[in-house]
Amino acid sequence: MKHLRQLEDQSVYILREAYKHFDNLAMLWSMGKDSTVLLWLARKAFFGHVPFPLLHVDTSYKIPAMIEYRDRLAREWRLDLVVGQNKEALAAGMNHTMGRVACCTALKTNGLKQLIEQKGYTGIILGVRADEEGTRAKERYFSPRDKHGDWDFRDQPPELWDQYKTTFPPGTHIRIHPLLDWTEINIWEYIKYENIPFIDLYLDKGDGTRYRSLGCAPCTTPIKSTAKSVDDIIDELRHTTVAERSGRAQDEGRGMELLRKDGYM
Amino acid sequence: MSVENVPSKPSENLNIVIVGHVDHGKSTLLGRLYADTGSLPDGKLEKVQAICRQQGKEFEYAFLFDAFLEEQEQGITIDTARTFFIWRGRQYIIIDAPGHKEFLKNMISGAARAEAALLLIDALEGVKEQSKKHGYLLSLLGVRQFAVVVNKMDLVGYRQDVFDGIEKEYREFLGQFKAVPERIIPVSAKMGDNIANRSDKMPWYKGPTVLDTLSLFKKEPPRSEQPLRLPVQDVYKFDARRIITGRITAGTLKVGDHVVFSPSNKRANISSIEAFNIDPPLTASHAGQSVGITLDEQIFVERGEVATHQEALPLVSTAFRANLFWLGKRPLERGRKYQLRVATKEVDCEVSAIHRIIDTMDLAQQQGSATVNKNQVAELTLRTKAPVAFDLSASFEATGRFVLVDEYDIAGGGIVTELVHDDQESLREEARRRDFAWVKGEVGVEDRAQQYGHRPAIVLFTGGRHTGKSFLAKKLETRLVADGRHAYLLDGENLRRGLDADLSEEERGQTDEMARRYGEVARLLIDTGLIVVSTTNPFGLAYQEAAQAIRTLVHPAPVIAVHMTKTNEEPPPNTDIVLSGPTDFDAATKQIMDELKRRGVLAQAIGAKPTFQYSI
Repeated sequence: MKHLRQLEDQSVYILREAYKHFDNLAMLWSMGKDSTVLLWLARKAFFGHVPFPLLHVDTSYKIPAMIEYRDRLAREWRLDLVVGQNKEALAAGMNHTMGRVACCTALKTNGLKQLIEQKGYTGIILGVRADEEGTRAKERYFSPRDKHGDWDFRDQPPELWDQYKTTFPPGTHIRIHPLLDWTEINIWEYIKYENIPFIDLYLDKGDGTRYRSLGCAPCTTPIKSTAKSVDDIIDELRHTTVAERSGRAQDEGRGMELLRKDGYM
Repeated sequence: MSVENVPSKPSENLNIVIVGHVDHGKSTLLGRLYADTGSLPDGKLEKVQAICRQQGKEFEYAFLFDAFLEEQEQGITIDTARTFFIWRGRQYIIIDAPGHKEFLKNMISGAARAEAALLLIDALEGVKEQSKKHGYLLSLLGVRQFAVVVNKMDLVGYRQDVFDGIEKEYREFLGQFKAVPERIIPVSAKMGDNIANRSDKMPWYKGPTVLDTLSLFKKEPPRSEQPLRLPVQDVYKFDARRIITGRITAGTLKVGDHVVFSPSNKRANISSIEAFNIDPPLTASHAGQSVGITLDEQIFVERGEVATHQEALPLVSTAFRANLFWLGKRPLERGRKYQLRVATKEVDCEVSAIHRIIDTMDLAQQQGSATVNKNQVAELTLRTKAPVAFDLSASFEATGRFVLVDEYDIAGGGIVTELVHDDQESLREEARRRDFAWVKGEVGVEDRAQQYGHRPAIVLFTGGRHTGKSFLAKKLETRLVADGRHAYLLDGENLRRGLDADLSEEERGQTDEMARRYGEVARLLIDTGLIVVSTTNPFGLAYQEAAQAIRTLVHPAPVIAVHMTKTNEEPPPNTDIVLSGPTDFDAATKQIMDELKRRGVLAQAIGAKPTFQYSI
């Protein structure tokens, strides 16, 4: 498992750089497998502590089991959990039937932007991975966002060796991506290796389906799978040629490029 | 036509970057490699083909990884993409770097992460500007394993003479800076020749395919055999443990090892290697690992220092010579201030000399420039505000390279080629030898600080005659003692008749020896836990030199430098407070007290035990 330790060493280094350079730092936690591994890596980096708040942008459409899991871990690991919600958009009746990109933008992107503005965060740690989809493959470990939270992918800062962009003009913030080099299989291998608690929605519980990627209930569909354990998942992933996010509706067409340019995770 | 890819458990990761001139086919090669090894996810090919049909253009393999609409529309790669594939027990992270010169910073970001490279040259166009620049930069960035791929052989009728010509020209270019490619491979990425499958169009080529060449690249050997280098990243005190963290860039450390931190020369033994969810506890750690250690003694070290064993110390200076590439929006200028980052050290610096600009086209050198423009490579000398621990890049990769930050952005990077001796070198060496041999009692610096309610420091007054230095120094000492602090006025005059009595009149007129003696006395008083309030009166107008020598000898104790002037001359470097003209001495005293607080010398209330986490 040497390659997992190498990934871990790199992620821990990035997390410690982030903690050193950003006074107002927070980590996004969606309770999915990636951001939970990220949370675990923070406990690694800070020796059992998580010295910054965990943000959950609650769209109100998440699968209920995810909320239970969130509250349980927050209690057990003594996490500083901050839940944000775009109440205005929800009150105005926003949901996925009004257009998937519109719904993601309102409830997730804008929900996150509101939270960042309210709390004045200057650094946000996220669990995005380069192998998930095309625009994420082009991310930096430390990726600046302008005053509107927008991503200028045409002009990304240079990133040399272990030196990252940690200084930025007032009003802007930096997105930090410690998991960029991890693949989906690495995530599961690491969950197994470290015995990290995860939501059982990722496993088949007898009906021959499981979730491979978790999002909002209306826009995430389970895949056909009989994987009943982490070992089964790893074995299945070694043989599959189906994209991880094939069950995520917002990835269709140019959805992700448009969403991410405007500050989506 | 797909080569069989048996799913296997990867045992290692290897980062590979694809570089070369714009339009020489980097993204196409990548797309082909994936398609021919069956590494594309289901539907990916179809999805991209559908987008092409929608936009009414011919499908190209390059579109598979040029994710941005703009990239596909312009047919160029703007930014580095990272893709993954597993082949024969190894997981490759392939970094597709842009070849357009406008995006050189993106190419460099990609290449800086790589352990090996594929450099593409178009058979029809031949060796172009960026082919050379990228080849040179790979060498500068430390990517020593690479293969040259001569692409688009289909456009030159698969002719061997064309290939041989390019090989000869490019090998000669690489030879000038002693770079040797692993292989030179003729291919057609578009047609799939010699990518994953051997081509029957070029029977004259007997070497490996691109895919086979990937397997020839070696995982870089761990640097555990080298002497230890652990740049301190941060110091944590989340619970009872005071943990020093960092990533070991070379060597091995073990519990019980005696380590020295440079440039402060502080020393201690390693008590434990801390880790979360690791059982049993670690007893040793190696190069590449992010670690946390605790020490047997309460010494305060800070980010930027480098922990090593005493037998193999890093270099320490305020100047070095380097090769640098510049990516900044505005040119690099001699004399302008930049932030230098070497491993975890961040310090202000300036370029004291630009020796030459190197034209990467023909490696010609141009001298006498006062600026380095965007995308140029130069040899220069950097001078830092405070001493830095570093290595030559030829001996230690990670502690031998650096970046420069201009305002908010990383604007350049480079490698250290030579130590530049500065005028403090012999005093620094004296301080190092003295610190290593220092006989300590049972009472540590930290114990004294806990008892006294403050940390030791020196307040160093400089300035010409009759500027009020002595008056203010006395006032400050009185105030500190009235507040319950342990402070002592050390006037240089007091050394003349005693400690310096053995010096001849002539020797007393020279600053060097006087300043050295003064600095060593100040160092002793600081070690007793005092706040030393000093005036450099006996040095007269040589206060600049004297102040520098004193700084070197008391390092790493905090120095609060106060310059008093009536004429608005340039204060000595690193001055914290400048008081000019008629001075309000009460306000000045307060200003100095505030600075002592800001620097963490004075904790808040008297009586209360300080709870500081900061380091000196």
